[in-house]
Amino acid sequence: MKHVTEEELIAYRDRESSGREAIVAHLKECPECARELEQIEAILSALHTLPVPEPGEDYGQRVWRQIAPRLPEKKAKWWEALFLPRRMAAFGAVAALIVLAFFVGRVSKGPVTGGEAADAGTVRERVLVVAVGEHLGRSEMILMELANAQPEHGQKLMNISATQKRAEGLVEENRLYRQTALHDGDTAMANTLDELERVLLDIANSPDEVTPAQFESLQKRIESKGILFKVRVVTQDLREREKATKPSPAPENSGVKERNKT
Amino acid sequence: MREGIDTADAEATSDNVAVQRTLAGDRDAYRVLVERHSRNVFRMAYRMTGNGHDAEEIVQEAFLRAYQKLGKFAGEANFGTWVYRIAANYAIDRLRQQNSEKSRRQMPSSPDEDGLEIDPLSNARDPAPSPERLAGSAQLAAKMKEALEALTPAERTAVVMRHWEGCPIEEIAVVLKSNANATKNTVFRAVAKLRKALEPFAATNQAARAMGTES
Repeated sequence: MKHVTEEELIAYRDRESSGREAIVAHLKECPECARELEQIEAILSALHTLPVPEPGEDYGQRVWRQIAPRLPEKKAKWWEALFLPRRMAAFGAVAALIVLAFFVGRVSKGPVTGGEAADAGTVRERVLVVAVGEHLGRSEMILMELANAQPEHGQKLMNISATQKRAEGLVEENRLYRQTALHDGDTAMANTLDELERVLLDIANSPDEVTPAQFESLQKRIESKGILFKVRVVTQDLREREKATKPSPAPENSGVKERNKT
Repeated sequence: MREGIDTADAEATSDNVAVQRTLAGDRDAYRVLVERHSRNVFRMAYRMTGNGHDAEEIVQEAFLRAYQKLGKFAGEANFGTWVYRIAANYAIDRLRQQNSEKSRRQMPSSPDEDGLEIDPLSNARDPAPSPERLAGSAQLAAKMKEALEALTPAERTAVVMRHWEGCPIEEIAVVLKSNANATKNTVFRAVAKLRKALEPFAATNQAARAMGTES
């Protein structure tokens, strides 16, 4: 009886061999070849038991942090780069911040006293608190919409382009606030904004139209990160901070009251 | 199953959008790709190199190279497969470099088919330990690790991609810059060498028992 070669057995095990039926028939009659196949199987099974360390849930983020500073900017055509929706949103965010700073500055401006002279930092924080709060509110709305959306019966494709564009618009704005939070040493806020940014990027990079299954998969990815809950916690914290940074009541005859009204 | 396919499909589409955005100058879009595929690349790199430090360097280098070559990607496969291939290529280059440095430091000996390594089985410090001494998963794992390290880079790549990662032969052939038949031979050689190095276990199917993998 002609035995099956080791090479043929390995190919058979890999489902790469031709003439499988002949090999099967031979293996039934030849304990020697059957044993050899068993040995090959044992070795290859043992291969799977070698441990591979789990790099951790945040591994991708760590890799990004390590390589991001080493990535050169891609040279897109200047008008393409300028009109990327995200860039435009960032311009909007910066403009909004300036207007808001001006507004809050006006509101908190009263007769200059020793205490108020030291309030520049408080005013800045208040601007940020209000702006970030609004940003989180808009983000929360997107997350809620996605969490609650359901495909209609028999619907084959769901158009999420509007939500996707809004998420895209928030990405750059989010980055701006995250960097500011980092700069201010507010790591808890920076971490939540970092996680939010990843979710917003995920939404922004989804196709315009998705199947119900794809949509469910996106919902699960968002849900698994628990971002909605984290955003709410930070929003609550911001409300507390907003109260704390509210200017103290002005004296009775002050013009501040009038200005506040306007 | 259908859900799995849909998820993979959604990811591939999302990957392509992120690639297009990155090419349009939106560097942050690349972050999605890095975060999504790093762990998978790490697992393969670890299996190829056997140590975490090298694996991490391979992951970083693979994503840097992929970023530089992104214009050439043009949706030819899916991004995950593409960056995986770049990482495998870099890992094999790295293994070759390390092996040639090692062999320069050692006594000269005859090169094998790749022209790079000494006979892998002669590298084994203890070629025929008794099954009793090696019984137990830790010992087997150590012996398996040693046997894998003794393979040539091409063989190790072939066996990792084929039997660990379940890649098709054609995919491995691309990484090895070879054809399908030669790749099959490389896989065969690798398995034969592993089998020979681990004979004390294979003889009685002890490998699977010791590792608790026997059904």
